[in-house]
Amino acid sequence: MSRFVNRFTVPLAIFAVLVVVFAIGIKDSPQKDLIPSPLIGKPAPAFALPSLTDPGRKVTSAQYRGHWYLFNIWGTWCIDCRIEQPMLLKIKQAGIIPIVGLDWKDDPKDARTYLKQAGDPYQSIGMDQDGAEAIMWGAYGAPETFLVNPEGIVVYKRIGPITERAWEQDILPRLPLTSTPDSASSS
Amino acid sequence: MRQRAASIFIAVLAASLLLGASSAHAIAYTQMPTPQLEARYLHLIRNFRCMQCQDESLADSPVDLAAEMRRHIRDMLLAGKTDQQIREFMVSRYGYFILFKPPFVAKTAWLWLTPGAVLLLGVITALVIIRKRAVLVTSDPQDDDLTDA
Repeated sequence: MSRFVNRFTVPLAIFAVLVVVFAIGIKDSPQKDLIPSPLIGKPAPAFALPSLTDPGRKVTSAQYRGHWYLFNIWGTWCIDCRIEQPMLLKIKQAGIIPIVGLDWKDDPKDARTYLKQAGDPYQSIGMDQDGAEAIMWGAYGAPETFLVNPEGIVVYKRIGPITERAWEQDILPRLPLTSTPDSASSS
Repeated sequence: MRQRAASIFIAVLAASLLLGASSAHAIAYTQMPTPQLEARYLHLIRNFRCMQCQDESLADSPVDLAAEMRRHIRDMLLAGKTDQQIREFMVSRYGYFILFKPPFVAKTAWLWLTPGAVLLLGVITALVIIRKRAVLVTSDPQDDDLTDA
């Protein structure tokens, strides 16, 4: 009996441990796509970008000091952004929080045409034609959305389209209950 | 003679593979103004991960985002930033994930210590087995069943 224990228990135990290790590795591997942002809890990058919709004007972080806002990185070339578009329009309609867009590596003409056709969910949109601003935000795909509080601190980041669920479970609970007075009237 | 032909064949094969690899990795980048800056630039981009391909370095990756990051790193170098400052900037935006060689901090300690611990475990296991077998051989030379009873 002790012979059996000596010969097989140790390799079997090692094998069992390996099975567990690899099972965790396989199970969690899709999360390789979701790299947590080091910006959470830190000040959002200060920005001053040329406006897409209002040429000659600038979209700046200073304009949003004292306000909650969503910073949404998108582009007309990005399929997932088009999937996200209806949800962004819904958020705009709710009137609880403004969305600031970052039009990432896009042709401004295409972007303006697209917004005219699909609807414009943004309060203002900054242009990032050479992609330098997106690096400041640690973006590596689109859409990516940051929730920034009135002190200018990033409190949450969403990688991929904002879903109904993400809006209700991750974004709304982080907002103060009485954000804007007109939020109660709209659905 | 046949052996010689075979070794020449292998040498040619190896050389062609090496050449193929280097041309496949050729990615256009702007030359830095001095050889020192060039060396620092190449060293930096080889040690950052491409966030979109993940297993390629910024030096190897053909995607747009990697090109923009290379340009950003070049700009920072030209602005007189130190390698350390550039690394800190990249980590502040993308996290430790962007470094191919993560630093030894509390959060990454397990990453660095696990291989050593596993190796130690292996060495101890091997020693135990070797000792046991040595004892077995000296104490009972007639027993050809090498298991202990």
